[in-house]
Amino acid sequence: MEYNSAKIEDFRDIWVFCEQRRGKLMETDFELVSEGRKLADERHSQLVGVLLGYNVKDLANEIGGYGADKVYVIEDPALKDYSSETYADALCQIVMDKKPEVLLIGASTIGRDLAPRCAARLHTGLTADCTHLDIDMNKYLDFLKEASSIDLSTRKFKMEDTNLKMTRPAFGGHMMATITCPRFRPCMSTVRPGVMKKGEFDETKAKNVLVEDYSVTLKDPLVKVVEIVTEEKKGVDLTGAEIVVAVGAGISKDVEKGMALAQELADVLGNGVVAGSRPAVEAGWLDHELQIGQTGKTVRPKIYVALGISGAIQHKAGMQDSETVIAVNTNPSAPIFEAATYGIAGDLFEVVPKMIASIKAAKAAK
Amino acid sequence: MKIYVCVKQVPDTSGKVAVKENGVLDRASMKTIINPDDLNAVEAALQIKDQEGCEVIAVTMGPPAAESMLRELYAMGIDKAVLISGREFGGSDTFATSQVIAGGIHHLGLEKDDIIFCGRQAIDGDTAQVGPQIAEKLNIPQVTYAGEVKYENGKVFVKRMTEDGYMKVEVETPVLITCIKELNEPRYMTVRGILECFDRPITVLDYPTLENEPLIDKTTIGLAGSPTTIFQSFTPPVAKGGEMLEGTTQEKTDALAAKLAKAQLI
Repeated sequence: MEYNSAKIEDFRDIWVFCEQRRGKLMETDFELVSEGRKLADERHSQLVGVLLGYNVKDLANEIGGYGADKVYVIEDPALKDYSSETYADALCQIVMDKKPEVLLIGASTIGRDLAPRCAARLHTGLTADCTHLDIDMNKYLDFLKEASSIDLSTRKFKMEDTNLKMTRPAFGGHMMATITCPRFRPCMSTVRPGVMKKGEFDETKAKNVLVEDYSVTLKDPLVKVVEIVTEEKKGVDLTGAEIVVAVGAGISKDVEKGMALAQELADVLGNGVVAGSRPAVEAGWLDHELQIGQTGKTVRPKIYVALGISGAIQHKAGMQDSETVIAVNTNPSAPIFEAATYGIAGDLFEVVPKMIASIKAAKAAK
Repeated sequence: MKIYVCVKQVPDTSGKVAVKENGVLDRASMKTIINPDDLNAVEAALQIKDQEGCEVIAVTMGPPAAESMLRELYAMGIDKAVLISGREFGGSDTFATSQVIAGGIHHLGLEKDDIIFCGRQAIDGDTAQVGPQIAEKLNIPQVTYAGEVKYENGKVFVKRMTEDGYMKVEVETPVLITCIKELNEPRYMTVRGILECFDRPITVLDYPTLENEPLIDKTTIGLAGSPTTIFQSFTPPVAKGGEMLEGTTQEKTDALAAKLAKAQLI
């Protein structure tokens, strides 16, 4: 099979790797397919889903319903459950054969295991955990206008650039960077669950999607799976929570009390979930599952309360799409206030008890 | 049997971050630390050394200053420290970096009974890509997100953590394993180790040494050769910001509750 990742003119179409576990698609698949649809329209190309598994063909219509024109289905008993080796073999074989221009993969523990292995084999670049994607330069400049402090009037860009522009927090989350992969194809990107918006499901599109079988040759994997264990979720699903109260380093003065106040506030606001910033999780006050930010979860709740969180870019990347943001911080110039709908400068240990009382009173007055 | 541990010296991003006037991170002014997850990888290697008596080799790619980190690892108990360093390697993305590190390990020799440990990801880039890419370049299997590791007679048993539980896998060496924080509690440096670490040798692999390594493609290393490139870096716009509530604490929280009530949020 002739494959040269530097012959970029041979590559076309936007592809999404659709991850399934135990015969069910992941939410991220729908988010990525919806985002992929947007990119395919910008590029005037096709959107193609790639589905690996065993007895999973029925899922292809679901992928179509979110906007895929076509779905390649690769079925093999060896692909029933995820394995780095068999999945990388299968995905690389179809990519080398069909040559997509863009390949998007969800940044799950599977996607982040699979994508780098494939990128190394496919001899191309890979950008991790992207939070924004563009192809069309006009769209990208619109994005920069909103999301950056760059004075665009002083800058010249090549408007005909058709590389995938992959934006993510960089340098430990203190800046943003837009990355491109100009010399090789496919442009590969992993995208964090919850970041892209899932579109509407369209029944007609689901019915009309083109489904094509593809067969691959697989070797027995060297890593043998002995057991797969699914654990009951301990808490609520953070990504779907409507109310999130997050604590940061600011509770260090009295962690126990800070956590209790956060929980009480979450309860008063209405069945909310308590989560934490990276420093709070690294300090061991909360479980890893409850970390919000670039290296944790991305949430878009109705109400997000940040208690004692300074608001580094990497944290904002995980919460900036929340509908209403309330921030409490002793430092009135903390960056979290830039992302806040309502800011209260003050000591959370003093503010939160009063806030709870005020909310209770306002509720009672209704 | 040898165990390689891939480590990285990173700026301590939890502290103050200095940005130069041109918007580029001022790395020189920042404190550096050993990447936290890499310490778990070192500990995993040292535990197998305690059990099997094998050699533990720390490998890093970075500027000459990364030597100080390698000395700390000597004080923890590693046997050999390798610094891959050269201007030609600077500015490498993950593809380029993994190529160079894989080339370095190949140069040092990877045998049937060897293991490579990496941290899950580095806190400066947060990509988690270099480990799997090294495994691919060396054509050996990988197990990522290791939450438990046991070694027995040439076989490694790993509990691989996932979002919704875990999977137990077994694999024969050679294999590359990436370690998460929950895997273990990294040991402290010993007093004797600290005293002796300054006299221990650092093996430097520079560009001329690795130039003819078959795993290293000279056209895809360093800043210019890396497949990915920074198209534009930027900081978000300064404070559109929301409304800062004023008054006494009581007035602030009352105002907040009123606004939430008005917006039908409570």
